[in-house]
Amino acid sequence: MAKYAFFLGCIAPLRYPGIEKSTRKVAEALGIELVDLADASCCPAPGVIRSFDKKTWIAAAARNLALAEKEGLEIVTICNGCYGSLFDAAHELAEDPELLKEVNGILAEIGMEYKGTTKVRHFAEVLYNDVGVDAIKAKITNPLSYQVAAFYGCHFLKPSKIKNIDDPENPHILDDLIEATGAKSMPRKKKILCCGSGGGVKAGFPNVAKAFTQTNLENMKESGAQFIVDVCPFCHLQFDLSQAELGFNIPVLHLSQLYGIAMGMSADELGLAAHKVPVVL
Amino acid sequence: MVTPNPDFYNEIAANGGADVKMCFQCGTCTAGCPSGKETAYRTRKVMRMAQLGLKDELLNTDDIWQCTTCYTCEERCPRGVPIVDTILAIRNIAIQQGKMYDAHKKTANNLVKYGHTVDLNDKVKAMRASLGLPEVPPTVLANEKASADFAKILAKTGFDKLVE
Repeated sequence: MAKYAFFLGCIAPLRYPGIEKSTRKVAEALGIELVDLADASCCPAPGVIRSFDKKTWIAAAARNLALAEKEGLEIVTICNGCYGSLFDAAHELAEDPELLKEVNGILAEIGMEYKGTTKVRHFAEVLYNDVGVDAIKAKITNPLSYQVAAFYGCHFLKPSKIKNIDDPENPHILDDLIEATGAKSMPRKKKILCCGSGGGVKAGFPNVAKAFTQTNLENMKESGAQFIVDVCPFCHLQFDLSQAELGFNIPVLHLSQLYGIAMGMSADELGLAAHKVPVVL
Repeated sequence: MVTPNPDFYNEIAANGGADVKMCFQCGTCTAGCPSGKETAYRTRKVMRMAQLGLKDELLNTDDIWQCTTCYTCEERCPRGVPIVDTILAIRNIAIQQGKMYDAHKKTANNLVKYGHTVDLNDKVKAMRASLGLPEVPPTVLANEKASADFAKILAKTGFDKLVE
């Protein structure tokens, strides 16, 4: 059984615990063992904390990477932000021995050392590459017929020169993962447009963030999508919380929750009560 | 009159940014920037101001804070300039000069307080319990030693003071 260190991050466990729950259940159903990465902190957030102080960002990320290194496990995240931070930090630390040395000088304060070996994975990419679409299809007990808007977000695939997961301008991985459930991923305009909330823009300039979100929602509505399916709790939060004000009503699901539905989990188990836009299955 | 700062590009590189001289000002970044469609932020202009050493002018505009770090510019840049890293480096320099929005201070202070960017409230605790999850997630929130370790890192880098 493939085994990974499960990195929770902030928004999933602290705002949408149903995403955490459904990830645990879906992983179990697919034969993936998720071991909690105990004592982990915020990744820390790539748009805000990295914007404020890079040294803090990379030292705190290195602490999380070192926790997984000690367990000898690859990290798996369910959030593009966590993935962005931890993947980028791991990449920089593996490429730059001077930086690694500097960071270890900080980690020495708490008796830790990071050797630079942790691999960081996104849950969606693990599903696609390690489990595979065919194996997923075999576990679908409740085939879906929804029309869905696939929302990739930004830090899942980009910067592509280090992530190398899919074509960042015309990706297909998430569409394939969605369609494994029987749901149809609807084509739409500006499919890879950012949700608007990254980089501290949601906090600093909420109206700018909402303008991005509105464009996305208009295109999703026009496509006939009944659900938005994301792979990032922060995009999830932005779509879920801003729709009432923007005059839209398209329920938002994390990929893990969509899989939960397709694997027969109940609405209660998926934690859908946390969602502002009511999710009617 | 503006006063160019010829050392600014070195400062950007020292903070994790690109060698901004790599940029040849084609404007592909601005053309694809979704934030530029909603705001006056022009990525090419920021890169040009960085090249010219217009440090004070750059640090005193909202422009550098309108980037969502979506990486569209960087993906399309024909020179392969790490534009997002550069924006983030310029932001780091602004913060070092005490130029920080209150909303960002709040997020930063959440990290100092909780080790997470958001708190754990009673409503979420109840929701976690109803899902069969531990009320407190198994992160720094659940372990005093881990939480103290995390605080030591922020004290060592000076983050707690930086964002006060």
